[in-house]
Amino acid sequence: MGTAIRMVSITKSFSGTLANDRVDFDVEEGEVHSLLGENGAGKTVLMSILYGMYKPDEGQIFIKGKEVKIDSPAKAISLGIGMVHQHFMLVPSLTVAENIILGREPIKNKFWLDTSKAAEETRALSKKYGLEVDPTAVINTLPVGVQQRVEILKALFRGAEILILDEPTSVLTPQEVEGLFKAIATLKQQRKSVIFISHKLKEVCAISDRITVLRKGKVVGTVERAAIEIEKLAKMLVGREIPSVLKENIVAKGRVVLRAEGLKAFNDRKILSLKSIDFEVHESEILGIAGVEGNGQSELIEVLMGLRKIEDGRILLHGKPIENASVHERIEKGFSVIPEDRQKTGLILDFSVAENLILGRHDKPPFAEKWFGLNLEKESELADELIQEYSIQTPNKETSVRHLSGGTQQRVVVAREFSRQPKLIIASQPTRGLDIGATEYVHRKLIEMRDKGCGILLLSADLDEILALSDRIGVIYEGKILAMKERSQTNELEIGLLMTGATND
Amino acid sequence: MIENHRKRPNFRQLFEKLWLKLVGSLKNSVPQIVAILAAFLIGAIVLLATGYSPLEAYGAMLTGAFGDIYGIGQTLTQATPILFTALAFLLSFKCGLFNLGAEGQLIVGGFFAAVVGISFSGMPFFIHLPLALLAGAFGGALLGFIPAVLKAKLGAHEVITTMMLSYVALYVTSYFVNYPLKAPGWVSQTIPVAPSAELPRLLPVTQLSGAFVVSIVAAAATVYLLERTTIGYEIRAMGLNPAAAENAGINTKRGLILAFVISGAIAGIGGAGEILGVHRRFIDGFSPGYGWDGLAVALIGGLNPLGSIVAAILFGAIRSGGITMNVSTGVPLDIINILQALVVLFVAAPKLIGYIRKKGGFKWLTSRT
Repeated sequence: MGTAIRMVSITKSFSGTLANDRVDFDVEEGEVHSLLGENGAGKTVLMSILYGMYKPDEGQIFIKGKEVKIDSPAKAISLGIGMVHQHFMLVPSLTVAENIILGREPIKNKFWLDTSKAAEETRALSKKYGLEVDPTAVINTLPVGVQQRVEILKALFRGAEILILDEPTSVLTPQEVEGLFKAIATLKQQRKSVIFISHKLKEVCAISDRITVLRKGKVVGTVERAAIEIEKLAKMLVGREIPSVLKENIVAKGRVVLRAEGLKAFNDRKILSLKSIDFEVHESEILGIAGVEGNGQSELIEVLMGLRKIEDGRILLHGKPIENASVHERIEKGFSVIPEDRQKTGLILDFSVAENLILGRHDKPPFAEKWFGLNLEKESELADELIQEYSIQTPNKETSVRHLSGGTQQRVVVAREFSRQPKLIIASQPTRGLDIGATEYVHRKLIEMRDKGCGILLLSADLDEILALSDRIGVIYEGKILAMKERSQTNELEIGLLMTGATND
Repeated sequence: MIENHRKRPNFRQLFEKLWLKLVGSLKNSVPQIVAILAAFLIGAIVLLATGYSPLEAYGAMLTGAFGDIYGIGQTLTQATPILFTALAFLLSFKCGLFNLGAEGQLIVGGFFAAVVGISFSGMPFFIHLPLALLAGAFGGALLGFIPAVLKAKLGAHEVITTMMLSYVALYVTSYFVNYPLKAPGWVSQTIPVAPSAELPRLLPVTQLSGAFVVSIVAAAATVYLLERTTIGYEIRAMGLNPAAAENAGINTKRGLILAFVISGAIAGIGGAGEILGVHRRFIDGFSPGYGWDGLAVALIGGLNPLGSIVAAILFGAIRSGGITMNVSTGVPLDIINILQALVVLFVAAPKLIGYIRKKGGFKWLTSRT
């Protein structure tokens, strides 16, 4: 067994911050080597260096023992390195085969694209690696799991010997994850090397031969999977013990806060994406809505917030219809929301921390004064208070939110939304892209709000999160709530299956 | 009393903030300064190529613009309407809108002010003058309201509608001063406004009027509006991230209409100031494109009101100094247009400048600050 890649003492800094600090990393042929680390630990930077997207400040890279300089992704590809990014780089309107051959199209009669040869090559490749795809299917009609397979095939078609998979499971259902793991096993048999980037311990333990843990840009250690327990690995990952029990106290749920009855709504493409949604959220209850992304979750949130028109149905807050109320009125009546994309819809990145914290209550006293005046003193008082209460790690309250880390940005959102005494919290993917520490914080806060009597609707693509927090779990699939289960009477397998649309009756 | 007590530290805070902004904008204005220098450098090459001495020409321009009280007066006179239209543009821009209709709003504002100025007589000036200025604001706001409603209700893009409406404004007012409201004589103009509606002249001989003072007040008011009011907060929020603003319950349609109306009102006051302070009557085509200059000035001023004051004075100086240059050195007036165009070109190429900066090209300039 030879060494496929060796990266020696890689150092890279961005405007003074060390993203990689003398990182050593190597991959054997036919090995699955995981890079484990929280967000911002430097995993993606290290791999971007290997893929020629960044130039390291210091350090060397050896491929099969020979030193190489990788200054562009094209160079990386020619050296046999392939990367499947977190966000797929596929042309949605082209077929699978067309996407795979893109850039290396087989030509016939000098000018014409040889589509049949393309399909043939795709089929052969897909057979060789056991990655099943239909070469003639158009990408945007395919589920995410299949699109990912296409990405992997694309890399293999370009002659990849080493495959970098960047957080490949973040968009998949549990069943699709299993499929991916099978594919990785096949690749391993074919003597390909796989670098698996993830912050999910369970997956990393399931698939890896070796694991390298990164923290704050430094290698904490490289271990054989067989020789380490998961708890030890978790400790390496965060640098301390993590409390695992979140829901200590069970609070009796109260009255119904929010009731949705037969909600129907179109999406932006005028397709009916909410087909009939019914549910109730009680006081002191977390209702989890599990589901693979794109099954109507975004539309559901917009409908509940008053950002999207409903075609039919009713929304009742404490028994009173509010489906015609504006966003502003709903916020006044006690709605709070953690939007799925904090940067796009949750925050104004070029506003300061203080300015972001008053967003949504800037037009009410004490912030609003006579003659449209804005009371900057009250603004800064609130900022001081919330920065302390929610431990927002910012140089000062005048700092643009843009310059804060993802976890801190989410803290700003959480501080703003939770501090206005909401009756109902709608939390959509509240921990997406956050590291373990920040995730734990958001989870703790959600539980705290529930215990205070808040009704919470939690939408998440992360099944572990839903299972850990929810009192009841609904599964959304193609715009419908497929099932509603008490947490105590269901399990991961059942919910996972429901997420794929399979009903057992 | 209590009210006063609470307000005082607020003002100090505001001044400190203003000072910091000024220092900050100076630091940030390096690309603009470079652009202006580059424009004059290329202007010099054009002058050389056409057989004039750049040193002589620029010297004449400088003394013309700032050399004596008369020059300074004319420079500030020229700067005044441009500052108004610049403020109008930058306010809409802060809301994420492009109000390219400042030209029309200025004309209509001037027209309304003239009508009010002519219609009443025997009114005390402290009622008549503010009334005429308000009429100007109303006229501009009205013209700003139309594209705003078209955008809010129908989604019509404001770049098209504001530009088109400027021509409507130009020709409709032109009809009025050529037919129903035409003063006797050959010129397309109205009769003079009543003396009680005139903005006082500030310097003898020059045309510098109270309009300049109003424009500075307008710039300060714009800063106040943007930084210290809930309206300004919402306007900035919408401009920076409309989706987040909507999510936070801000009524974005109402916000955009409001921003457009205020923007139009500012341009309208600019027109009123020009009519009541400089011409004292409405003259057909009194604006040689102040609306468009305002756009350039707002950009050169780094889209901030204080920067706009500086940039407006620069443009005013080019215009007034250019006339002296023309008279004393014989350089054609067209060089003014060339210079203005070059300044705009260089400032509007921030990508180029950003690129140079990324390569470390400005390090020697900024490292010490």
